[in-house]
Amino acid sequence: MTENASLLLGRLGLDALPFYSWVAFSGALVTLAGGVGFLVLVTWLGQWRALWTGWLTSVDHKRIGIMYIVLALVMLVRGFVDAIMMRLQQAMSYNREGYLPPEHFEQIFSSHGTIMIFFMAMPFMTGLLNYIIPLQIGARDVAFPVLNAISFWLTFAGAGLMLISLVIGKFSTAGWTGYPPYSGVEFTPGVGVDYWIWSILVSGVGTTMTGINFVVTILRKRAPGMLLMRMPLFTWTGLCSSILIIFAFPALTVSTTMLALDRTLGMHFFTNDGGGNVMNYMNLFWIWGHPEVYILILPAFGIFSEVVATFSSKRLFGYPSLVYATAVIAVLSFTVWLHHFFTMGAGANVNAIFGIATMVIAVPTGVKVFDWLFTMFRGRIRFEPPMLFTIGFMCLFVIGGMSGVLLAIPPINYSTHNTTFLVAHFHNMIIPGVLFGYLAGYMYWFPKAFGFQLDRVWGARSFWFWMIGFLLAFMPLYALGLMGMPRRLETYGNPEWQPLLIVAFVGACLILMGIISLVMQLWVSVKNRKALVDQTGDPWDGRTLEWSMPSPPPIWNFDNVPVVSSRDAFHEAKLSGIPLPAAEEDSPLSVPKNSVMGPCMGVAGMCIGFGAVWYIWWLAFAGLAIAVAAIIGRSFVQSTENDVSFKRGATTT
Amino acid sequence: MWQAFNLMLLVVVPVILLTLFFAWRYRAAGGKGAYRPDWDRSPIIEVTVWGIPIVMIGILATWVWDKTHALDPYKPLPGSEPLRIEAIALDWKWLFIYPDLNIATVNELAFPVGKPLSFRITSEVAMNSFMIPALGGQIYAMAGMETQLNLQADEIGTMQGRNMQFSGDGFAGQTFEALSMSQDDFDAWLSNVRQSNSHLDTASYADISKPSTDAPVRYFSTVPPDFFSKRVAHFMGMEHEHNPNVKAADQ
Repeated sequence: MTENASLLLGRLGLDALPFYSWVAFSGALVTLAGGVGFLVLVTWLGQWRALWTGWLTSVDHKRIGIMYIVLALVMLVRGFVDAIMMRLQQAMSYNREGYLPPEHFEQIFSSHGTIMIFFMAMPFMTGLLNYIIPLQIGARDVAFPVLNAISFWLTFAGAGLMLISLVIGKFSTAGWTGYPPYSGVEFTPGVGVDYWIWSILVSGVGTTMTGINFVVTILRKRAPGMLLMRMPLFTWTGLCSSILIIFAFPALTVSTTMLALDRTLGMHFFTNDGGGNVMNYMNLFWIWGHPEVYILILPAFGIFSEVVATFSSKRLFGYPSLVYATAVIAVLSFTVWLHHFFTMGAGANVNAIFGIATMVIAVPTGVKVFDWLFTMFRGRIRFEPPMLFTIGFMCLFVIGGMSGVLLAIPPINYSTHNTTFLVAHFHNMIIPGVLFGYLAGYMYWFPKAFGFQLDRVWGARSFWFWMIGFLLAFMPLYALGLMGMPRRLETYGNPEWQPLLIVAFVGACLILMGIISLVMQLWVSVKNRKALVDQTGDPWDGRTLEWSMPSPPPIWNFDNVPVVSSRDAFHEAKLSGIPLPAAEEDSPLSVPKNSVMGPCMGVAGMCIGFGAVWYIWWLAFAGLAIAVAAIIGRSFVQSTENDVSFKRGATTT
Repeated sequence: MWQAFNLMLLVVVPVILLTLFFAWRYRAAGGKGAYRPDWDRSPIIEVTVWGIPIVMIGILATWVWDKTHALDPYKPLPGSEPLRIEAIALDWKWLFIYPDLNIATVNELAFPVGKPLSFRITSEVAMNSFMIPALGGQIYAMAGMETQLNLQADEIGTMQGRNMQFSGDGFAGQTFEALSMSQDDFDAWLSNVRQSNSHLDTASYADISKPSTDAPVRYFSTVPPDFFSKRVAHFMGMEHEHNPNVKAADQ
């Protein structure tokens, strides 16, 4: 299959440029303009050195966290453009072509899912974990700061490959799940599926290392007295999520690697003939894929727990229940993967058992909702934007839970599988569940990171646009699914579907307003940052340790690592008026030095991925060589930390 | 479905109403409710919030067990001897073989009303999912594998069937008409098909296997014996053919 590949450029040629459709061409232009615009802006402002030393080579978990979230927000916009294009296509394609040819429509639904899961939700979650968890447990940094930077840069490399696919070549048409045999070279011989494989493979390695990093950080770096059952809920959910990452992501790495071997080296793991079996892929993929859902949503549950307690000015109700429920969900998440393919023809016993296992997850999830409800009960609720998103989540999420239980019933699943009912269900979990959680977290912790608050009015506007937009965009899809409309449909001939699809498009437009409101909120807040400034470091009357330090926190986080003696220790200290006691530390205070390891590994990952996609093998091996050389070079670096001299003794409250 | 739905509404509606009610009653600006900032546990509430979902899921679980077995698509339907139909997914059309009647059709599935239908399903190409929404659920069609489905139409009429699993450029138009007709009409339809000059053989199969969208209905008056089983089995050999379009029916 490499017979047409040249040694220098592999199968890359001029035909890789997106001149095949004006829509694709404009997309490529916008992407290029964004990239070039960024480079010009930094040059024009003369900020290259500051960018390099302050951000790109930084190993500070706070800087890395912010970079993750910036990446996530950029990709949110990119993924949303795909979404609204699909909605427009389906709103107009009753009995006609619409404006997108099939192949382009397929690329769009594939890239929408891939971006939203891997390059929006995952970086958003990882960014919040990065910024907040060390502050919540009283740590000066994560356990492995350089590894943390490498994780970020590998995620960035994956996202970069995604963006490059828009300009050079085409993206996958096989959907975000990449089911073989369609994703095999027999049916999709181009570079599209290879882009999909290598972008999630490269970023997946980074994610796996993030999981390891945070499990070690949470288990080993807590302040004295921060027992496990005193950890804030966000840290607990971050711990469970990280454990899930460690166990689940290898399955994704293996399944996509095997698919790459099929495609590139002509092997037969998942092909139709030669002894391959496509169902092996489905099993492996969903052994990762189902826990992945919980990897994303557990930290969102953690954020809702923090937000609901803070803005109800009340202790979190049922803390032990919430912790146990989180752990139960984490374990059960590995027992239900088969519900993604009830229709493969397994026997009734198998399907019934996996259906029931799936419904059992509704128990701990239901408990969580009740615990948040009773946290609000007899509280004093402040309707700041993070709380609005939380209340919206509680109302919408139970609807998604209900449709999830319905999908888990095999006889119902036979009729609703592969329909827009399924699409509505998982968006119902991922938008109000995951994304509302992350947006709540973003607005809740923004003043901690930047020292000024985000504008409330634009925040509230954004919430209402998202909330109503979501309802309009996805409730019709539930109905359409029950009417038998398949997902991923480019055109259709059923006149009853069109009115509902037009409503869904209107919903997508409202969500667009929600995204514009987010941009406006950031813009207005930066402009009014003097008026919105927060001198206290504790603008919400917070309860957990991250609010005990100035905003933004110093690079070493805690002047004195506090000794913790209760849950919500900072809140207790404020009530009693006695500052948290400082722990004794034997070593001098030091912070890790900047490292070029991150950017090196990012470049290496990008070269390996791009080379493997286009069969430019020298580039792939050069990438591998860069990675190996960087690791060897790093092992010769003797001094990895800078001592910080400052006067100890400042109080921590 | 509606039983399960209504049962869950018993929990979901109160949760939504309580969320909105609590938000309003305990609002900081002007809320009238009591304020108990340190109240964070109540054994009664804890037992209730674990108990109610457990009981509910327990009820649903027994119901799911029964229904999954009762509505197992592999389970033969009661009544008369079923009409056997073999469906093969192609790019982007369906081939239906009636092994007992020795005929085959493309993109048209006819059957007598009230007669149980017993399907064997496979794919020659990417994974497909066979479904006639008006009659029941879907089952995957996978190359080298055989799945089964049992359906029955209780009314005369024309229904749409289709592939539900995305399978490439022609996916949107991969539909067929399912015609439920009286026994007399079916017999007439059958004799019409038997008058066709086309026969399902290596050449005609290679022809209909070529990818095409919105393929017209075709009739084949004869079918080689065990055609379906051989299409399933040939993937299990070790030959490495990469182009399904010119793949000959190897027999």
